[in-house]
Amino acid sequence: MSSPFVFRPTASPQEAANWSRRQILATDLRAVVGRAYPRVTGLFREKSWVFFEIALPFLATSAFVFVYRAVQAPPEYIGFVVLGGAMTAFWLNVIWMMAQQLWWEKSQGNLELYFAAPMNIMSVLFGMAFGGFVMSSARAVVVLVVASTVYGVAFAVDQWLLLIGVFFLTLAALYGLGMVLASLFLMWGREAWHLTQFLVEPVYFVSGLNFPIARLGIVGSLAIALLPLAVGLDAMRQLAFADAAYPLGTPSPEIEALILVAMTVVFLVLARWALRILERLARQEGRLSIRWQ
Amino acid sequence: MSGSSQPLAIDVRGIRRVYNVKPTPIVALQGVDLAVEPGEFFGLLGPNGAGKTTLIKILTTLLLPSAGTASIFGFDVERQTKQIRRIMNMVAGGEQSGYGILTVREQLWMFSQFYGLPSKEGWRRVDELVDAVGLGEQREQRVSTLSTGQRQKMNFARGLLNDPWIFFLDEPTLGLDVSAARSVRELVLAWKAAVPGRTVLLTTHYMAEADELCDRIAIVDHGRILALGTPDELKKRVQRESVFRLELDRLDGGPAALKRLPGVLSATAAAAQDDGRERQTVEVNLTLEDDAALGTVVGALAGIGSHILALRKSEPSLEDVFVELVGRGFDEEPTDGEPANREPPAPDSTPDPRDTAHEPGEREGEQAVV
Repeated sequence: MSSPFVFRPTASPQEAANWSRRQILATDLRAVVGRAYPRVTGLFREKSWVFFEIALPFLATSAFVFVYRAVQAPPEYIGFVVLGGAMTAFWLNVIWMMAQQLWWEKSQGNLELYFAAPMNIMSVLFGMAFGGFVMSSARAVVVLVVASTVYGVAFAVDQWLLLIGVFFLTLAALYGLGMVLASLFLMWGREAWHLTQFLVEPVYFVSGLNFPIARLGIVGSLAIALLPLAVGLDAMRQLAFADAAYPLGTPSPEIEALILVAMTVVFLVLARWALRILERLARQEGRLSIRWQ
Repeated sequence: MSGSSQPLAIDVRGIRRVYNVKPTPIVALQGVDLAVEPGEFFGLLGPNGAGKTTLIKILTTLLLPSAGTASIFGFDVERQTKQIRRIMNMVAGGEQSGYGILTVREQLWMFSQFYGLPSKEGWRRVDELVDAVGLGEQREQRVSTLSTGQRQKMNFARGLLNDPWIFFLDEPTLGLDVSAARSVRELVLAWKAAVPGRTVLLTTHYMAEADELCDRIAIVDHGRILALGTPDELKKRVQRESVFRLELDRLDGGPAALKRLPGVLSATAAAAQDDGRERQTVEVNLTLEDDAALGTVVGALAGIGSHILALRKSEPSLEDVFVELVGRGFDEEPTDGEPANREPPAPDSTPDPRDTAHEPGEREGEQAVV
């Protein structure tokens, strides 16, 4: 009986192990697509997200809208909170499905298979980020469109290109931060769970998700210097509501875009460094493959 | 280097691995030497905690040795990890890798991308392997709905996506029922037969599995290799006498009649058997100094009118070899006087709810989306 397996005569193992730069790059790019695939597929396969990730955040955003209406806040504030509600999707995705992810991958046994594969492990992080971006964008767009329509938000955009650029820079910096956190969380193990909790409400607050961050004074300035969500959201608010009656009192969108560029570079470099350290420690101490460590 | 110009598939020299855990460090490997030729099916056989998995983790570049060197086809496991990862793959028993929300095809395709297969070729390879491992009917089924045996077949297919030159199998039939385990063993053998020149390193604590699959076996215990050879060579180490079982139509005078013959060390009666044809047969266990003494026994039986109905030679098992080497069986705990090294403990068997609770969309029995 013939074997069900196909024999592909190949060169020697030495030749098979010797890859060109092109092969290496192609593998890294394919790995990004491969890792993004389950996230994008999950978007269409798990319909429950429509309720949990759209309906519930929409209710939270609505609560703030009613508060602002009750206190007769300037109309832009309704737009600010709707924009903040949409961006919440990305932050939640970063802390729950980026930062926590490597830890979960390890407990499932995926992580050692990732490390044992010939790709650059950064590809896994980029794939997770790209897949997460697609997932979260769907949620963000729905919240933005529905809430804007229901509550009659009037956008006033003068610089569309800059607004779009700031949006993508914010995501790049956010997911860069997520990549750094993913490695750190893996090193910290179970304690990372508590850190994740810490990063939800406090970050909402200091990022000014539901109000202009300038109201926080020095804390707001610090947040702009450190948190991609804070600086990105502030820049987008300035650009999306250019005719706001009350200036926000924060740096111009151009300056904030530069801050986002710097954050992206720093976070990506940090993530790469953290992953290298992690792999070295993991191989030294057995953390990578032994689940109890 | 092996006899030819090709480097050894696995070349391990003086590997030692210590886990620095409190209160006392764990010595998992203590000076292991091993040479596996390209194309060999090599087995590491030992009880739980013997150091097999630690050695496989070192060879698959996931763990560094504390001392010693190891190479795969000439590539150093410490410094040339990328080269090794391009030509090897691994599958472990009880593996739960991947994402339950994906179908079998999708899951395998995802892994094919990690090995750099172009997308279309990846799908083609996946379809080919899915059929080869007998998962054709489950190809569009979600991973979370597979049985344990089906899941392990899928893992096996995953391990072959990159046509590995060296395939590490770490207890691949662990937790499988008899039928599924046999099925996996058959797949391993079928693949090995189809791809000449590829090397397999199998760790197992199932002696029959090692005996059935491996060209050579190293018996490992307490981080040391105690014996190494082909299954037959290992068994011969404990086979100092020839042991036969005879089935006779009658034996006047009983086994004592045989005991007196030259070259017969012992002769004991086994239970009398009813062959269902209104007559009883007699079974005798016979231990001879060597096979040559059998002729004397056969002659003596003919002389007293006994007819031999069946004759079986008893072979020692690998367990006999282990017992001979270690002084205890596989399932027996070491006694107080034995070395105190041990492999790291198994992961906590009580799952911490925090481990999974953070995965949105995850349901019982199904892995998270991401």
